[in-house]
Amino acid sequence: MNIMIFSLILLVSAYMAGLLGSLTGLGGGVILIPLLTLVFHVDIRYAIGAALLASIANSSGAATSYIKEGITNIRLGMFLEIATTTGAVAGALIAVFMPVNAIAILLGVVLIFSAAMTIRKKHEHLEQTGSKLSYLLKLNSSYPTANGEVNYKLKNVGGGFSIMLLAGVLSGLLGIGSGALKVLAMDSAMRIPFKVSTTTSNFMIGVTAAASAVVYLQRGYIEPGIAFPVVLGVLGGAFTGARLLTMMNPQTLRIIFSVAIAFVAIEMIYNGFNHQF
Amino acid sequence: MKQIKKLLVDRDIELFIGRVLRTGVITACSIALLGGVLYLAQQGAASVPDYAVFKGKGAEYTSFNGIFRGVASGSATEIIQLGVLVMLATPLLRIFFSGIAFAIEKDKLYVMITTLVLGIILFSMFGGLKV
Repeated sequence: MNIMIFSLILLVSAYMAGLLGSLTGLGGGVILIPLLTLVFHVDIRYAIGAALLASIANSSGAATSYIKEGITNIRLGMFLEIATTTGAVAGALIAVFMPVNAIAILLGVVLIFSAAMTIRKKHEHLEQTGSKLSYLLKLNSSYPTANGEVNYKLKNVGGGFSIMLLAGVLSGLLGIGSGALKVLAMDSAMRIPFKVSTTTSNFMIGVTAAASAVVYLQRGYIEPGIAFPVVLGVLGGAFTGARLLTMMNPQTLRIIFSVAIAFVAIEMIYNGFNHQF
Repeated sequence: MKQIKKLLVDRDIELFIGRVLRTGVITACSIALLGGVLYLAQQGAASVPDYAVFKGKGAEYTSFNGIFRGVASGSATEIIQLGVLVMLATPLLRIFFSGIAFAIEKDKLYVMITTLVLGIILFSMFGGLKV
């Protein structure tokens, strides 16, 4: 295969990854790592580098549209980024010393668990009473729906913050946006409407990934020949995804989200046990 | 009335941040596209390098200085990496402008939170953690 054909195939694949990543709040990264390692037989470290970039492109690209729609909770995103960036820096630091296989297996288990949790809970919760911290940090807000502006309030801010710390560590370790855990923290722990969780998660992924990406760039993880088709493709997908999201309901989103998570989880565990990392 | 005004200011800030993100991403992509097209024009017919083997540090495009030197001499791979750097800088700019926006709004708590996040990322970038 020559470079021209390789780049074009990669571009199309990255577009699909960006589309799915944007629709689910996962970030294009998680789909790209198995794709690059299993299909294109690229070293996991190049895959991690490309995935980090994809996460940033996906996040920044899609966030523009979400902000315009007024779905993203910017204060909440900024507050939780304290946790995710701290985690990401720690993750990038310990990545050098950690056996990636063990982490891959652990991550797979966590993802399958969260996929199961997501499918089981079907109600679109709207809390009417927020916790003390949610008022103190001005995190309660509203978002537009088909039936007009809907107010929501937050619970368990501390719990959500802790999960975000873990999400940051995993992001720094594996180069993924950890969108799954971010959504889990906001959806399950803090009781935020799913659409707000997804878009705010997507908004945060770029900052989280940027916290560890420069370290990886200097370690040589970011290969230009892989980087440019991935960035362009993922971004195209992210724009399409953001447009589609405003027309879809959370239920469809949940199912896509869960299937995507389970798929990635099996991939991670399989690779972990086969020492392919 | 005061409540409505507050809401409007908030929306303006969000839209501005949205514009910052869009500009950053478009710039990054244009640079990466330019580098990519150049790269394909020069090396498109060559066979794909063995990406199954990790080379790590050493190449020009793994350091800030190397990237800028490469761009100055018109090297395709370094132009792509410049696009990558702009891409990495975009979330950073977003945080920076959010901080300014919160300052205009006189939201001290969120100015502090924003500064903290920015500090963590800058520490990661220039703190020499690459080992």
